[in-house]
Amino acid sequence: MLYREAGDFKTTYTGDSQTFPIRLDRWGYYLILAVAALLVPLIINDYWLNAVMLPLLIYAIAALGLNILTGYCGQVSLGTGGFMAVGAYACYKLMTAFPDINIAIHIVISGFITAAVGMLFGLPSLRIKGFYLAVATLAAQFFLVWLFNRVPWFYNYSASGQISAPERTLMGFRITGPETQAWAVYLFCLVFVVASAWICRNLTRGSMGRKWMAIRDMDIAAEIIGVNPLRAKLSAFGISSFFVGISGALFFAVYLGAVEVGEVFGINKSFLVLFMVIIGGLGSILGSFLGAAFMVLMPVLLKNVLVGGLGWPTDLAAHLEFMIVGGLIVFFLIVEPHGLAQLWRITKEKLRLWPFPH
Amino acid sequence: MPDQLLFAIEVTLNGLMAGVLYALVALGFVLIFKASGIFNYAQGVMALFAALTLVGIMEGQVPFEHLINATFGTEIHGFGWEVPALLAILLTMVTMVLFAWLVNWLVLRHLVGQEPIILFMATIGLAYFLEGFGDMMWGSDIKALDVGLPQGINSWIDETTLDLFGYGFFIDNLDIAATIIAAILVAVLVAFSQYTKQGRALRAVADDHQAALSVGISLNFIWVLTWSIAGFVALVAGIMWGTKSGVQFSLSLIALKALPVLMLGGFTSIPGAIVGGLIIGVGEKLFEFLVGPLVGGATENWFAYVLALIFLVFRPQGLFGERIIERV
Repeated sequence: MLYREAGDFKTTYTGDSQTFPIRLDRWGYYLILAVAALLVPLIINDYWLNAVMLPLLIYAIAALGLNILTGYCGQVSLGTGGFMAVGAYACYKLMTAFPDINIAIHIVISGFITAAVGMLFGLPSLRIKGFYLAVATLAAQFFLVWLFNRVPWFYNYSASGQISAPERTLMGFRITGPETQAWAVYLFCLVFVVASAWICRNLTRGSMGRKWMAIRDMDIAAEIIGVNPLRAKLSAFGISSFFVGISGALFFAVYLGAVEVGEVFGINKSFLVLFMVIIGGLGSILGSFLGAAFMVLMPVLLKNVLVGGLGWPTDLAAHLEFMIVGGLIVFFLIVEPHGLAQLWRITKEKLRLWPFPH
Repeated sequence: MPDQLLFAIEVTLNGLMAGVLYALVALGFVLIFKASGIFNYAQGVMALFAALTLVGIMEGQVPFEHLINATFGTEIHGFGWEVPALLAILLTMVTMVLFAWLVNWLVLRHLVGQEPIILFMATIGLAYFLEGFGDMMWGSDIKALDVGLPQGINSWIDETTLDLFGYGFFIDNLDIAATIIAAILVAVLVAFSQYTKQGRALRAVADDHQAALSVGISLNFIWVLTWSIAGFVALVAGIMWGTKSGVQFSLSLIALKALPVLMLGGFTSIPGAIVGGLIIGVGEKLFEFLVGPLVGGATENWFAYVLALIFLVFRPQGLFGERIIERV
């Protein structure tokens, strides 16, 4: 009844090829954007910022990045944590070496540095495929974490081996360091998230995205119809690492403030982002957000219900969380291998016909 | 002989011993991969779970005692008996078979025909689940495991080498025991797959699912069998590593040690797993010994991966893997 494309006539090519061709979708998108940009900053406080909103936004960027590589180009990567670490350390080095330059620029540059590193580690993908590649990306994960742990230049010879973000402001508002304002930090990340999603969406529906998907579906066939596998795979690695690097830089500079690389960017982070992409939906921009939201919100919810509500000890709740995450992943793979995004797609199909399904 | 060379020989020997343990874990991967085409990431957690269960049974812990105490407010702390090691190992084996059956029944049956990568993800999910489950069942504190394996420095080797070279080699008795047990295990597995009916069926399934089905081999049975064998290998690996460094979470990380071994040796080859394990074991110990001090140490974490990665670029199917033929 409500969700219809009938009567929504397209009279121009631009109208026909817009991201949200159905009017209701478009309004929904503007509404969400308006709420996120105008309403949330007014009511957000420190708890919501640090427990929910910041991890959600930052992981969404990482999931977008991995989704480009794994979901669109079909190259499974288990090195996300390592690439996030590259972003974080690049950002740290830039922030301390050039204190006068705007932090937003630092974060974007760290994205580019990570992209270069990602392309370097993506080179073997031309020879190695499937599992072998997935395991090969673990080499990046372990090597990078070890590198940042052992080479003192990366953490500016600090005694603890940690890196901590110095205070930086943007247009007079504190973004990093202690005593930041919740709404300013939130908006800062939101801008990055919206820009990333916008770029990803438009890349994946353009010629580049089509090349990636051709490689994903069958690389030999793609090569025959004229897709250059070298360029397609390396561009996927580069662009994916760019977003992963940005999320790593934000994770360090804005969210945590101080980072010990082995703990924060270990292999568990790689798996976490991979789970977000799988549960959200491989090859879907919306899926990256849904997956990130799911994996961020579920532990918070579980903790509140089990520890706060039922009075369980925290270690039991942590074990149960592991069980639920694992169980859900298996469950999703069995019931809906295409993730939450596919559920949303099915819902929309149903809504279109409702209430007359025949 | 110069001291450096002696040290290097000692390091190599210890590397070989460590390599045997890596090979043991890699073996479990290869078995499942050959039989069902599933890359079982949960192998390491299975080793952890097996070791936890073994310790739990031996010490007479009540399963889920923490959970029961927290929910009902009771104060249960163990049954108060101790089970002999051999019986406990048998009981653990029964648990692992049960686990194999459950995995097959609840998970794998529903995922037949999915893409390999989906199956891989499912085993990662399984690994997470089992990790939480094992901790919830037996508690997450570090436990000591002692099933009566010899431990400590082997004095005979120490004294003999001291007489010969004037420098006593340090080799742990446990490592020697592990090597012998691993050798026996491999021999038994080879004999099993060559000379028994089930073993032949297993190889048939590994060769071709369709053909195996058509001559009347039950795929379900074979999968449960493979997962049980993998559970058994995991138990052996769990006992070795558990005795060496205590039963704790880091035990599950041996799966990560086994991955480069597999890449090097090829996913489908049992000899590959063994040779790969030895190469990685010796390689990482020697690299740490020779290059480690120059670059700040702890190179063991990544050396195996980088070695395997460089190797794969030249030979994508691993040392002994089946040649990858791509058909369009």
